[in-house]
Amino acid sequence: MKIEVLGMGCTNCNKLYQNVVEAVKLSGKEIEVTKVEDIKKMMSYGVLSTPALVINGVVKVAGKVPKTEEIKVWIK
Amino acid sequence: MIKNFADYIVYSVVGASPETRFGTALNFFIYDSIKIFILLSVIIFLVAIVRSYFPPERTRRILSHKREYIGNALAGLLGIVTPFCSCSAVPLFIGFVESGVPLGVTFSFLVSSPMINEVALVLLLGLFGWKVALLYISTGLVVSVISGIVIGKMRMERYVQDYVYQTKVGNIEIAQQNFREKIEYARDYTRDLLKRIWPYVLIGIGVGGFIHGYVPSDFLLKYAGPGNPFAVPVAVLIGVPLYSNAAGTIPIVQALMGKGMPIGTVLAFMMAVTALSFPEAVILKNVLKMRLLLIFFGIVAAAIIGVGYLFNSVL
Repeated sequence: MKIEVLGMGCTNCNKLYQNVVEAVKLSGKEIEVTKVEDIKKMMSYGVLSTPALVINGVVKVAGKVPKTEEIKVWIK
Repeated sequence: MIKNFADYIVYSVVGASPETRFGTALNFFIYDSIKIFILLSVIIFLVAIVRSYFPPERTRRILSHKREYIGNALAGLLGIVTPFCSCSAVPLFIGFVESGVPLGVTFSFLVSSPMINEVALVLLLGLFGWKVALLYISTGLVVSVISGIVIGKMRMERYVQDYVYQTKVGNIEIAQQNFREKIEYARDYTRDLLKRIWPYVLIGIGVGGFIHGYVPSDFLLKYAGPGNPFAVPVAVLIGVPLYSNAAGTIPIVQALMGKGMPIGTVLAFMMAVTALSFPEAVILKNVLKMRLLLIFFGIVAAAIIGVGYLFNSVL
């Protein structure tokens, strides 16, 4: 599984990143979480608002920060 | 009811007299704070629900390949309901122009979206009343439409950063939230926003209360009254560095209006605060060449100043 956090370093982007790391830790799995700050890469997912969360290439959320519990369900 | 509560606290509990400056200032502060926080909670919650029906992806689809004029007007209107954060300005801009939204139409959106925001609306409604709030929305729309049409006519496409038109934008379908999720989202959004802005609102109302009670009326008439032709542009210049902090500035402006600042100057100042922000310029520099960035800000500033003069001379 591969998780990407899209955003150009805004407050909400960091918050989302922290929530994802937290959720991964709670799940006990070994999952790689990467921050994507390159705008071209971000656009290739078609995302118009940040932060966005991409799991295995699929955009799960854009423009808001999901809670740790929500993310936990997605990475189960 | 809030009035009675404020009267009770100030005149009975604190024991201040309504005749004193301290009494009026404190009463003003308590009454306005309670009213504004109730309005903020209710209206931001409702706005968040409405906005969940207009994600930017949908707005882009509506605006794609629209002609100017009708497109600019639509973009201005959609700017009100589409959630926007200046931190997303870059992907939004690229996504819009790449999918065929004309440049001028994109700019109309970029003007109206931050300018007509929910916090500014609540404060205008609560402190100035619905007439001024409506005036602000409609003149904001006019400014966004005019700015967008002018930029569209100037054919500025080559002053967009080169990579923008080369970027490939993927297509996504983001899962729709069901109604319960929308409610939860709106609740969290309202809570987070209030958490972020409450100190500014209180400081703004506090300073407003001070001005209300201590500054003599007509104090500003001499400096910022309709007789001073420089008042409007100076108000716009002062508004720019206030970083879209509508929460803190609107209560102060309301108090200043009571001291002789005319409505046109008030409107121009508030629009400068919300629509012309320095951090947003820095972010837009990623997608616009310097020349277009300056032209964009220049045109919006000119339109805002024009609105200010117009209302000062008409009302």
